[in-house]
Amino acid sequence: MTYLAKPKLHHPTLPKNKVGYTRRDYEGAISTLCAGCGHDSISAAIIQACFELDIEPHRVAKLSGIGCSSKTPTYFLGNSHGFNSVHGRMPSVLTGANLANRELIYLGISGDGDSASIGLGQFAHAMRRGVNMVYIVENNGVYGLTKGQFSATADRGSKSKKGALNTDSPIDMVQLALQLGATYVARSFSGDKEQLVPLIKGAIDHCGAAFIDVVSPCVAFNNHPGSTKSYDYVREHNEAVNRLDVMLPRETITADYPPGSSHAVTLHDGTTLVLHKLAADYDPHDRVKAMNYLAERQAQGHLVTGLLYLEPDAEDLHASLNTVPVALNRLGERELCPGAAALEKFNASLR
Amino acid sequence: MATPIEAVNDFVVKFANVNGSGSASANTLFAKSIMRMGVPVSPRNIFPSNIQGLPTWYEVRVSGRGYLGRRGGVDLMVAMNPQTWDKDIAEIEPGGYLFYDSTKPLPKSKFRDDVNVIGVPLTAICNDAYSDPRQRQLFKNIIYVGALTALLDIDADEVAQLIGEQYKGKEALLKPNVHALQMGRDYAAANLKCPIGLRVQRADAVGRKIFIEGNNAAALGCVYGGATVAAWYPITPSSSMAEAFARHCKRYRHDPETGKARYAIVQAEDELASIGMVIGAAWNGARAFTCTSGPGISLMQEFIGLAYFAEIPAVIVDVQRGGPSTGMPTRTQQSDVLICAYASHGDTKHPLLFPEDPKEAFEMSAQAFDLADRLQTPVFVLTDLDIGMNERLCEPLEWDDARRYDRGKVITREELEAGKEFGRYLDVDGDGIPYRSYPGTHPTRGAYFTRGTTKDRYARYSEAGPDYVDNMQRLLRKFETAKRLVPRPVERRAGAATRFGVIYYGSTSPAMTEALDRFAADGVHLDALRVRAFPFADEVLEFVADHDQVFVVEQNRDAQLRTLLMNEGAIDPAKLIPVLHYDGTPITARFIIREIGEKVALLEVKPLRRVAQ
Repeated sequence: MTYLAKPKLHHPTLPKNKVGYTRRDYEGAISTLCAGCGHDSISAAIIQACFELDIEPHRVAKLSGIGCSSKTPTYFLGNSHGFNSVHGRMPSVLTGANLANRELIYLGISGDGDSASIGLGQFAHAMRRGVNMVYIVENNGVYGLTKGQFSATADRGSKSKKGALNTDSPIDMVQLALQLGATYVARSFSGDKEQLVPLIKGAIDHCGAAFIDVVSPCVAFNNHPGSTKSYDYVREHNEAVNRLDVMLPRETITADYPPGSSHAVTLHDGTTLVLHKLAADYDPHDRVKAMNYLAERQAQGHLVTGLLYLEPDAEDLHASLNTVPVALNRLGERELCPGAAALEKFNASLR
Repeated sequence: MATPIEAVNDFVVKFANVNGSGSASANTLFAKSIMRMGVPVSPRNIFPSNIQGLPTWYEVRVSGRGYLGRRGGVDLMVAMNPQTWDKDIAEIEPGGYLFYDSTKPLPKSKFRDDVNVIGVPLTAICNDAYSDPRQRQLFKNIIYVGALTALLDIDADEVAQLIGEQYKGKEALLKPNVHALQMGRDYAAANLKCPIGLRVQRADAVGRKIFIEGNNAAALGCVYGGATVAAWYPITPSSSMAEAFARHCKRYRHDPETGKARYAIVQAEDELASIGMVIGAAWNGARAFTCTSGPGISLMQEFIGLAYFAEIPAVIVDVQRGGPSTGMPTRTQQSDVLICAYASHGDTKHPLLFPEDPKEAFEMSAQAFDLADRLQTPVFVLTDLDIGMNERLCEPLEWDDARRYDRGKVITREELEAGKEFGRYLDVDGDGIPYRSYPGTHPTRGAYFTRGTTKDRYARYSEAGPDYVDNMQRLLRKFETAKRLVPRPVERRAGAATRFGVIYYGSTSPAMTEALDRFAADGVHLDALRVRAFPFADEVLEFVADHDQVFVVEQNRDAQLRTLLMNEGAIDPAKLIPVLHYDGTPITARFIIREIGEKVALLEVKPLRRVAQ
């Protein structure tokens, strides 16, 4: 963090995107997190992704629960409405918001305490329902604001800063998301912006429940030897299965890839996701195989990252509910109130 | 032998059945046929937490004078459940009647000497007529309804007409039902003295009234009130409201051209998620509600506090019931008043609406959305099982097509563009209500970060004490504003000046009306005030001030509305005398008359004429 506020005035030569905004227009208030916190890197990646995707900031709603991670929406997209809700309950608030207005982009920011412990139920059910959202868990394996207790994603056998051994089995949010039907599932590392930015972009463009587990070391309470969520540990054990390039509809795919090493997937909105294979035998379109692969590699001590599963033609909750294409919050009496004549008929049926 | 009860259009019939035996539709048929004869009825379900096998009762009060409260006592028991036989027999008034299946002879010890016994060999009739076991079961119910039409002088054509309406287009079901009805009627006419002392006589006391369950009416109120998002979790006795909302939406809320839904209903994973979705949707500018009961309210506490402090509209319909866990929850109570009024941690209080019947459940559900939007806060509609899950005769529902939704203070894109000052928690009008902006309104203005208490007038993060106090004081001003917006109380003055008053609310209303009539007839003067909302309008506290003693009649143990009155009105507890009924059955006029009668006598104001027990 820094106490030196950046000037609001932008340099006139700052590049603008297609909707006329500079990268700085996607920033928020100054972070109050610890210097070196992985979460700030994730905020920066979100800013970058929104800028590159030419999203108007006010068309995004950012929602969070409670915790360090949930504080971060203040630190990006300052011109977006934000909602710092209740611990572990961001998914329900986001679901309701999404139902009210399907025209906005919903960004749910949560942490491992918020989503894997108190909010595990709501996390699960939002995935099941296929709410069209980007759900990011900033996963550091520890409760920061309350000073370093283990969270439910802490690995069994990992050590706390004070030396306590974690004896509980960890919850793997990625495996859960896969099992529960999420249609875009990724894992990344806050220290790998090259990998993370395209994953966020792909998630935003995906129509359906998109989940990204971002391992994000806590420099204050979980960055020591014995931790499995420290910068060093994650760097040593990170196994990226692919690299993603997100090409907007108007962009032509110019890069030349060696045959067999990559493939492209076109989404609903025309965006193309180009996946470059790093692990030759990894297939991100087969949910069951992906789950098996992840389980095997995890057993060997690897942290698998990349776009782990994608269902390009996914449908969201609005499709399931068959709702009108217009935002429900824009309907008025004319569309909503059946009126006096209908009521009289109703009365007549009850005599 | 007691003299057989003789009564025309004024008696109680109770059906003792086994849950899941198909008795419900037959019993409804019975009640509706009386209503169709122009005679008011008020039926009540008394049912277990069970799907099949446990005892269930259906109590029908026939009241030519239109008293729809539960009366208490039973004049005719239709005893179809051997499990509860002894208890059911004991409940019959001396001189009353017992209708039973006489196929299998019962020892004399199973009967009472002071009760008139009417035996019909229902099983034998069924076994002769049907071979299919399910038919034997279902038609047995219709056969007893047939027999009762003869015994009580009910117009069988009305029943046949109702069957015709029920099975319109399903001839295969219509004919056998009418046949079963006729079999029962014929048997009674041929073998029993018809009619008995209890008789239904055609009258004109129903008029244009409708017969509807409160949950159904409240759900329709949400449709008319413009709710587009509903999130709920199944819980008795509120589930049928969510289901009714889905039914009404299916009928009224699909785009006629595309068939698409102008609503979204989610059966959530629990009540926490239900209220979370409601708050998310309302934050984003949709009208949203949840319906639940006491345990759901308990679970929603944290979110309700957030909505209070973040100032997000929400409509919560609480169909109140008894206690936690299972069992009593299928009985009625008014025991969530305090938990709703002060729901959540921190200093919070919330508007409550108390409908008296399905008609008001409809009106108040619709109005709740206007109030929630105007006040930017959660609003509770407190019905109960008695209103929610029983068909009640009430005035027809009304809607004024000129009515417009009050969406409250929402700043528009044009206003933001024109440079109108926007502070999310800024009291610009002095009524404590700030402006809000919907997400996505304007590219560079009007966005803010929604939090609980930690903020200043411009929604900027602030942990400063003065900012907190400033905000809390404004919330109090807003609550003062609410007093002027919520439904006013309804007063009924006694025939003469009196120093006694009575306050009541919600489903106590029909029993209270009946009790007040009796008090008036007996020369006991009692001014009455039906409270329809919290915060209390000034009239409520003035009413208390105008009387020396005020009875507060409630259906809970702890005198919750009385507590609220004492707390919010700084009223001397000695002035408010609790009258409490909380055994899970709906309160009766008999109970109120006895309790208040005794207390008035104790206060020795004047010699009382004895009131009926």
